[in-house]
Amino acid sequence: MVGRPEPSPGLLRRLEAMARAALPTLGAGLSMVLAAGPTGVPALAPAVTLPQVVFWSIFRPGAMPPVAVFLVGLLLDLLTLAPIGTGVMTLLVAHGLAVGWRRFLARQSFLFVWLAFCGFAAGAAALGYMLTALMAFDLPALAPATYQAALTAGLYPGFAYVLGKLHQMMVRAEESP
Amino acid sequence: MIRLSIPLRQALARLSLPVMIALAFGTMLLGKADALLAERARVALADLLAPFYAAFAEPTRAVRDLVLEVPELLTLREENHRLREENERLRRWQAAALALETENAMLRRQLSFLPEQAPAFHTARVVADGGGVYARAVLIAVPPDVQIRRGQIALDERGFVGRVTEVGNRSARILLATDMNSRIPVTLESSRARAMMVGTNGARPRLQFWGEGARPVEGERLVTSAEGVAFPPNLPVGVVRWSEGGTAEVELFARLDRLDIVRLFDFGLGGILPPEAVARPELRGRR
Repeated sequence: MVGRPEPSPGLLRRLEAMARAALPTLGAGLSMVLAAGPTGVPALAPAVTLPQVVFWSIFRPGAMPPVAVFLVGLLLDLLTLAPIGTGVMTLLVAHGLAVGWRRFLARQSFLFVWLAFCGFAAGAAALGYMLTALMAFDLPALAPATYQAALTAGLYPGFAYVLGKLHQMMVRAEESP
Repeated sequence: MIRLSIPLRQALARLSLPVMIALAFGTMLLGKADALLAERARVALADLLAPFYAAFAEPTRAVRDLVLEVPELLTLREENHRLREENERLRRWQAAALALETENAMLRRQLSFLPEQAPAFHTARVVADGGGVYARAVLIAVPPDVQIRRGQIALDERGFVGRVTEVGNRSARILLATDMNSRIPVTLESSRARAMMVGTNGARPRLQFWGEGARPVEGERLVTSAEGVAFPPNLPVGVVRWSEGGTAEVELFARLDRLDIVRLFDFGLGGILPPEAVARPELRGRR
């Protein structure tokens, strides 16, 4: 956990710290389950997953470790009908890149991060498309992947706003003794 | 919690991503090798989530209905305006109709016009399609106490359907206007020109033999003609449609592809009766 003081051994504090650490993953899981429900919008589940994974990977990598990304990706693959493993791989690659560039990205303005996220969305959709094609030995239609990338990029600002507030709250809770 | 030294923890943290990526490859291969496994996992997850979705279905539907209602609400004003205008127009028509009705009654009084009596009709259910000697014919069920005569005219709720060609004790066959053997004398409503509606076994009968200079106009209404004493005048038949090939066709008002109930009118006409398919004495004097 980068820059986070060790929680004092009180039970409540430990519980609180655990809840804080689990919140991003649980939030991602819950929103994915909701998005995979009968919303009438296809590709919504992958489109709500990537912004959360990338946001937490950039701003709070401790709350989104690779294991959590793996589990989230597995849930995504089970919720959608993509070949199993493709979502896991896509999310892990995005997570790895985001963590690698986080020192640079975390200092940039919101607009720049969004722009970078658009690149993430396009790359994730392309990687997902390639993996699906590889797994199926067939070229799937290009339009759904494009649509998914656009939807993902478009959903980022909303997620960034809500998650940013959450992140600030967490920081405040951690800094208060 | 297991206490680990900081370097070990850092090493683990650095290792976990490659390990996870390797695991992801493993998952992909596993999913590829055993497709049933992924399917079973999906079904198990769906089973787990089903009650959750069921609980959320109602609020979701409420939200979606609300969203769908918004454009409707936005157009409500416009719709109201349109309806009010239409109401106004219809009111004018109503006034015109009432005026014409009184004028008509007055003129009839002046001419001592004998009104035609309203024709009697029976309603019958269509029980079978096709069959018989004709390609486009329907069979109707008739109660035994109802007298049906050959040459009676069948209409559905919209317009002309066909004529009765064969009569049994409990059933009758109606030759539809679309059959190749059907020839219906019609009148073009606006020009009052006569023409013949000839069935083609297709959905739209053709229009033939109209008088010179009375070319049917696209969209013109067609009604039956009393010529030949086989039909009463002015039963609604259809509208003229010019096909792309340049032939005049008739779009029938009646929905012949989904006939369920027809009305059989007895106008007491017997000018030209359809030929009897099975030799059988004609029932006389019981209409």
